[in-house]
Amino acid sequence: MKIRHYLYLSALALIFASCEIDNYDEPESFFTGRIVYNGEPIEVGAREVRFQLFQPGFGNLAPLDVHLDTDGSFSGRFFDGDYKLKFLNGQGPFKAYEVNEQQGDTIFISIRGNTEMDFEVLPYYMLNSSQFSASGSTITGSANYTQVITDADARTIEFARLYINDTQFVSNNGDYNLGFSDLEVNTGRVSGNTTLPDNYDKDYIFARIGVKIDGVEDLLFCPVQKLDL
Amino acid sequence: MKKYIYFLMIPFLLGSCTSDSEFLDREPTNILTQDQAFGSPDIVLSVLANLYNRYYDFGTVEDWSSLAQFNVAFWSEAGRYGYFQNGGYGYGDWGTWDYGYIREMNLFLERLELSEALDPSDKARFAAEGRFLRASYYFTLVKRMGGVPLILESETYDFSGDATYLQHPRETEAAIYDFILNEADAILADLPADVNTKSRASKGAVLAMKARAALYAGSIAKYGASTPQVSLPGGEVGIPTSKADAYYDIALTAAQAIINGDVGNYSLYEKKPDLSDNFASIFYDKSNNPEAIFVEDYKLQSGKVHSFTIANQPRFGAEEEEGGRINPALSLVQSFETLDGQYKAFETTTTSGDPVFYESPQDIFDGRDARLKGTVIVPGSSFKGRPVDIWAGVQLADGSIVSGDSRGQEKELPGSTGQVQVVGFDGPIDGLEFTAQTGFYIRKYQDPKAGSGQRGTQSDVWFIRYRYAEVLLNAAEAAFELDQPAVAAGYLNQVRSRAGIMTDLTATDITFDRIVHERFVEFAFEGLHFFDLKRWRIAHQVLDGTPMDASTITQNIGDATKRLTQPFGLWPYKYYNPGDPNDGDYLYKIVKPNRVTGADRFQFGNYYSEIGQDILNNNPLIVRNPNQ
Repeated sequence: MKIRHYLYLSALALIFASCEIDNYDEPESFFTGRIVYNGEPIEVGAREVRFQLFQPGFGNLAPLDVHLDTDGSFSGRFFDGDYKLKFLNGQGPFKAYEVNEQQGDTIFISIRGNTEMDFEVLPYYMLNSSQFSASGSTITGSANYTQVITDADARTIEFARLYINDTQFVSNNGDYNLGFSDLEVNTGRVSGNTTLPDNYDKDYIFARIGVKIDGVEDLLFCPVQKLDL
Repeated sequence: MKKYIYFLMIPFLLGSCTSDSEFLDREPTNILTQDQAFGSPDIVLSVLANLYNRYYDFGTVEDWSSLAQFNVAFWSEAGRYGYFQNGGYGYGDWGTWDYGYIREMNLFLERLELSEALDPSDKARFAAEGRFLRASYYFTLVKRMGGVPLILESETYDFSGDATYLQHPRETEAAIYDFILNEADAILADLPADVNTKSRASKGAVLAMKARAALYAGSIAKYGASTPQVSLPGGEVGIPTSKADAYYDIALTAAQAIINGDVGNYSLYEKKPDLSDNFASIFYDKSNNPEAIFVEDYKLQSGKVHSFTIANQPRFGAEEEEGGRINPALSLVQSFETLDGQYKAFETTTTSGDPVFYESPQDIFDGRDARLKGTVIVPGSSFKGRPVDIWAGVQLADGSIVSGDSRGQEKELPGSTGQVQVVGFDGPIDGLEFTAQTGFYIRKYQDPKAGSGQRGTQSDVWFIRYRYAEVLLNAAEAAFELDQPAVAAGYLNQVRSRAGIMTDLTATDITFDRIVHERFVEFAFEGLHFFDLKRWRIAHQVLDGTPMDASTITQNIGDATKRLTQPFGLWPYKYYNPGDPNDGDYLYKIVKPNRVTGADRFQFGNYYSEIGQDILNNNPLIVRNPNQ
């Protein structure tokens, strides 16, 4: 046995020994839920909207970003503990409710084991009863909208668009659509159609309507629908 | 016998330790004390040189990609394709927060003030330079981060355990701009009015900075109104609209002081008869160049050189097997007007859809603004006396294309015998790095000197931070915003006639789009485009995340909010059809390089860079930037 071999052996021993002693357990609690208005989820674009969790009490306060899924749901794995949840100004087609004067819109939550929570927010508009149909290379879509915020903070609709993509991620982000067309915005209803890109060779397509609210960056969407061609 | 030596040594040992109590108390040989450092003008200058050297540039020749961002060019380097394959920018991009630099500038000014050995006029000049650099860095900060804490003296921690007295809130964005403008006024008198002082602060540099800063502040005040969400209630981001005219006034006055020759005889560079060569020379001719006002200078064989030419020279036949990285995009190239001042897309097809044939590859680019060939190396032109070999393939009579996948590849064409070259040695070959993948190379800032393309020599071309043409265009924009379109037209025409455009603009021609366009083509690859997009609040429209297509790219040239989310190319092909009159001619096609898959989107949260979480943790008084 040369010294080198002892070195390898002791290195090996160290590798196995070091795992257990100094590490934390991994976070084990799922924190899941949805962003809703009156129980209805608010649909957004993929990886467009996020909120932040802060966990005070461990020195430097760094936010944990939680992104919303397209159907307004979220899911993350965290350590048990007490957190503060904060919606970011200008993120999402909605406003957060003020909890009370002192607390602002910060929500205190506690995670103990798997936790499921829905959070009520106040959207500028809501979309419902969306309908899509495909005939030939034309995709037709429509949806009804209702204005939710009607006081001084009310905002108009800048445009409504019908987006199509070949995956279930459909949004105004250029990576997430194959094409789009402007829809006609009438009172309480948007409708119109778009055409498939040339040489589209799949036998299905995903369609979705997005509404851009004036001065709000993130679009409000209706649920994605898969259409057979 | 030998042991006597030890006895002899004892008195020496004892004696040496005790006799000289200051034995260890010596002047350091590698550190200058404060008195020494600030005791002679030469050493103060070298302290100052360190501060000059740390000047922050957004774009610089030391980092070629920094000059070619936001899809004005494609980057022909395999490791960088990712820039064109993602959908946007991080909130933290372009951020800067170097308060260490500010502290050292503050220390420099404080120590300089204490020095008694310096001549008062030297001292005043050094102090003015230090304040110029400090104001320049605050300008950098406010452009990228919005209002920041304004620290004008060095601060020291007292180890009391409570650091709150070191925490300062952010000033308003307007307050930082006001600080820069006031500093400019305060230091102006102490600096020389010397056209040949270019790498140190001069009166011209200060006024040029003042004009630019005031113009930026004015446009943020005016155009910020169109994006109310990009502002903070405390004014840390956003400037009240009511202040716009006052800032534009300051900008116009400062720029006119330079134009009227109050601070030295600056003028447009007009030394060469060939206008394209003339335009390119602005950026490398360092002898008696009346246009450059403030530069970062380099020197061969001094260690301070850069490799911009190595990175971007036409690779075929270059001095090093390297180059070709910046490939200007069609959107930029087609923006150069015709000589009679018209926007015109390149004619690639006739109205009936047939290709348009050109006898030589350069013909399609003839009759355009001379800045085109001064900024871009087009197919058929040459660099360092060697023609570039840019053509994408051979088009046969039936419309099919024969091309290769290595530079200058040879193949046999139908109806001919033997191998012939079917693609240029400079490409374009889709996806092959260092070839001209858009069909163009960059010319601006390339060094025509022999050896500039060699790694052992490199280039000493300077980087111009302020030049006279920008002063003119700043004055034009301020005049336009102040409702003096005739004055604006006069300044624009100076810049345009230098570029060979023969039709003068009149007062009625001056629109916002005109101003935007002129800056886009004049300052391409100079690092100013980004801040123009931001201060006019059009970045989120130009970079809206929507892919572009070949049919719409040629429309609305000269429109301020024309989409530019992807770089496109214009590829020349040789026509092969023996017996046909067009045989051997060139035709052009608009293509999107296939490595371009993403479309850039600039979000509201990108207008001002994110302030790092570590900074927010250390100082709870700092508020976050909007929309992040």
